[in-house]
Amino acid sequence: MQVYLTLVRRELGGYFASLTGYILIAAVLLLLGLSFVDMLVKLNAEPTEAPLTEQFFVTVYFWFILLLTTPVITMRSFALEKFSGTYETLMTSPVKDVQVVLAKFTGALLFYAITWLPLGLYLVLVRHYSNDPAVLNPISLLTTFLGILLVGSLYISMGCFASSLTRSQVVAVMISFALGLGLFFLSLRSLMAAPGTGWPAGVFQFIAMTEHLEDFARGIVDTRCLVYYVTLSFFFLFLTLRVVESRRWR
Amino acid sequence: MIEVSDLTKRYGGQTAVAGVSFRVQKGEIVGLLGPNGAGKSTILRILSCYLPATIGTARVAGFDVFDECDEVKKRIGYMPENNPLHPDMRVREYLTFRARLKGLSASRARERVGVVMDQCRLAEVGRRIVGQLSKGYRQRVGLADALVHQPELLILDEPTIGLDPYQVRAVRQLIKELGRTHTILVSTHVLPEVEMTCSRILILHEGRLLAADSKENLQKRLSQEEKVVAEIAAPLPELQECWKEMELIEHFDISPADGEYYRCALTARAGVDIRSLVFEQARLHGWTLRELTRGSHTLEDIFVHIIRGDQEETF
Repeated sequence: MQVYLTLVRRELGGYFASLTGYILIAAVLLLLGLSFVDMLVKLNAEPTEAPLTEQFFVTVYFWFILLLTTPVITMRSFALEKFSGTYETLMTSPVKDVQVVLAKFTGALLFYAITWLPLGLYLVLVRHYSNDPAVLNPISLLTTFLGILLVGSLYISMGCFASSLTRSQVVAVMISFALGLGLFFLSLRSLMAAPGTGWPAGVFQFIAMTEHLEDFARGIVDTRCLVYYVTLSFFFLFLTLRVVESRRWR
Repeated sequence: MIEVSDLTKRYGGQTAVAGVSFRVQKGEIVGLLGPNGAGKSTILRILSCYLPATIGTARVAGFDVFDECDEVKKRIGYMPENNPLHPDMRVREYLTFRARLKGLSASRARERVGVVMDQCRLAEVGRRIVGQLSKGYRQRVGLADALVHQPELLILDEPTIGLDPYQVRAVRQLIKELGRTHTILVSTHVLPEVEMTCSRILILHEGRLLAADSKENLQKRLSQEEKVVAEIAAPLPELQECWKEMELIEHFDISPADGEYYRCALTARAGVDIRSLVFEQARLHGWTLRELTRGSHTLEDIFVHIIRGDQEETF
């Protein structure tokens, strides 16, 4: 446990010790700010029934932020250490492979969560100035963040996997971007394609991430979504662990 | 402390290490000497559990490096080649991070970091950022890291590479001091390094172990063939005739130097110092002698010598 916590602290510290962390936070702030402005303009133009949290997800900004930032957050996790050679000092310390993988994942996920914090402020701000307190209920705010965290953990684990495959951060970004974009477009199929019948339609329905997030924004926690994100995250972490272990039998 | 038997490592089709066996006793400082690409780093990486061996076994402090690698990792302090560090951390912060990673409690880590910083003379740079340190300091940070959990065995891969002569001396001195309390396996491609610090030398060439002996024995093997270099201004035929007549000289080689000087490389018979004889000849013939040195045995000479011995045995 001590090793794990030490590594998580180091991972998280790494983002703030270099410029990457601040650039990422700034970029996310810019996009969140734009989405906030859009939301205000829309709310001004016409009254709406949908809760605030849902307003946010119907914009493209959320997906922009998710698809663009997660590869950049995770690219350094393994690739940078392999490139600079510190991977060797790390792996020859008395640490277990699984501790390293989990710590890198946790560190990246925590940083991802930090970049999202301003969103909560925006939503609270709107509520403060609106006359109707029902515009934002605490439950849906919580589930919104749960949804962001779950989707994020899937994308972060995918990024960790991509980063473990290579010693070049650029290649890592490219792999995780391709994986992430692929999964995103697959999940869009149930919206775009004509509603079919049989199992393919069911599968696409099941992986429709946009719909999952709208559910979360309404305050609904569907266990099928939970299972989907948690198992897929574990799957990619398992693959990452296998790649890390492969050093011992290659 | 270390038992390596029949260790072989292949990368793809290439054999990096071929059937190497050696032992290191507790308290020894052993130098792993070889040119670049001889397989030194590969052996050290296998011993530190970073790479698995293709064939053969290696045990550190009685534990197998493949099956009991957690136990092995606790007992070794490993400094890889080029000494990779996190450039964005401060020295004390980095060492504390490493100490905690190696399982030391917070208070113990603080105490040990203080001790190793004194030991490696890092006290004045504790607040500096690692990436901004000079190479010499960075090397000492790497050593401090290797030492921080009080390992029984230190494995240092090319600890003086890329340092200036002054820093090299400081690091060597440090290794020597550490040798009083630790078993050390150090790799290098510089001969003076092992001569100065190590009690025993393993010579590695193209993945094979050519010699494993104490420094004195290796020097003895070499000194059987004493080489003397003399720069003399004299007519060439006179020189040639003179060296030919001297019975003690087994072999000579004359090459023109600048002006009327000639550079004579003279190989004497086993165990004879011919420097005074050469001077005597110069005096008798009235030659001008401007340089007379004992040819120093470079790493190359050692290799040539040992490889030749090796081949003679096979034929």
